[in-house]
Amino acid sequence: MSHTLRLDPIACDGRGLCAELLPELVRLDDWGYPIIEPGTVPKELEGHARRAVDACPLLALALVAERKPRVARSRA
Amino acid sequence: MSATDTSPRPQPRLLAGVRRRDVPATLEEHTACYGRLPELDVRALAAAIDESGLLGRGGGAFSAAAKLAAVRAHRGRRVVVGNGVEGEPLSLKDKLLLRSVPHLVLDGLELAATACGARDAILVVAETAPRERAAVERALHERGRAGLDRVGVVVAVAPDRFVLGEETALVAWLSGKPPKPTLAPPRPSERGVMGRPTLVHNVETLAHLALIARFGPGWFRALGSPAEPGSALVTIAGAVQRPGVIEIALGASIRDVVEGVGGATEPLGAFLVGGYFGSWLPVDAYDVPLLDAHLGPHGARLGARVLVALPARTCGLAETARVARWLAEESAGQCGPCVHGLAAVASAFERLATGDASDVPRLHRWLREIEGRGACRHPDGAARFLASALEVFSHEVELHAGGRCSGGGRAVLRTAVAA
Repeated sequence: MSHTLRLDPIACDGRGLCAELLPELVRLDDWGYPIIEPGTVPKELEGHARRAVDACPLLALALVAERKPRVARSRA
Repeated sequence: MSATDTSPRPQPRLLAGVRRRDVPATLEEHTACYGRLPELDVRALAAAIDESGLLGRGGGAFSAAAKLAAVRAHRGRRVVVGNGVEGEPLSLKDKLLLRSVPHLVLDGLELAATACGARDAILVVAETAPRERAAVERALHERGRAGLDRVGVVVAVAPDRFVLGEETALVAWLSGKPPKPTLAPPRPSERGVMGRPTLVHNVETLAHLALIARFGPGWFRALGSPAEPGSALVTIAGAVQRPGVIEIALGASIRDVVEGVGGATEPLGAFLVGGYFGSWLPVDAYDVPLLDAHLGPHGARLGARVLVALPARTCGLAETARVARWLAEESAGQCGPCVHGLAAVASAFERLATGDASDVPRLHRWLREIEGRGACRHPDGAARFLASALEVFSHEVELHAGGRCSGGGRAVLRTAVAA
């Protein structure tokens, strides 16, 4: 099964460990917050991705099994 | 069904029941204008909503039928929320409905509750809108006396914050938490107010429901396009003769709206379409139909259906810079890219407005990077609006880089809350 990285931007505090452990898929913006490469995580990077997820002190990063695309958010 | 009426000012639908300005229509006047609300069972009502093709009028243009289906898919004591906060500073349409035709909104709230099997509903009005609140409370009293209170309605008075247009923030606030967006899923349809499956609709959407239930989906679809049917309220501001709210058939052009309020008062330089999550368009977009299908190729969308006619002698960059700061301050303060990104972008716009264009290259990059990186759409909407300013006012950017400005006209974009 393929996986994608999911960031909780509310929990994320910009510690930046993910970008250090997974520079292939995560870079930091000018304020130190992660910009994640969209799409599925290549098989060969899954181990690194899992390590980046485990290293996040705020549990803001998750590796989730691919499912159907999210429905657009609605604004009432 | 396929008829597309793009006449500038249709027979008013939502506004037909407006008696005198600022005087709410009584239940008697309301019934005389629109007739009684028919007794529809759940299935007939859901079918009518589905066939109408009604899209949410709060800014997201999300299908009312899809929203209904989503909340019906979840078990539990469902609840319906009518969002009348209208945090968009220039928008006046929801307040007009609450103040002038409160029974139309309450009919819609009752219908939405019936359609999703909810026995209670919440109508949210802003704390800065005491007249609207009074009109709604009076209308509820009238309905109670007439025995028209099958659905229990509670009026909630919310802080006037832009972010309350975001469903998850409204639901959080109604659940006793700070008015801040939450990460979705779970969406309100699954876990909303106090954990209950919740259907949130903008008050104009509710008012349309009240008319669809009476006159049918075919009647509703006689205006607008097949994909974006019906009429809609537009708030027009800026250099026009009679700024305010008008009702249009979706598909009317910007020109139709401007001429519908008596025309421009001076030469125009640009239009803002969609409010502060919207986009600037150049004056040559005058004849673009107000449909997302036509605005999309111009990078714009109808959004909150606020239209601003910017005078040619007002500097678009200076106007945008003020709104950029306001948008940064309206961030819920939760997500880094929104908090830091919008603050940096606002500062860059302020420098640009006062003649320092050195940030422009990274400003473009920042706007691209901010998009899609918050829990809600605040950074996305702000980034789109600000990027459109750099594009539409590119000539002005060059002037500013050379230490000049074509401006000198009056400021038109309000960032304080509309009275």
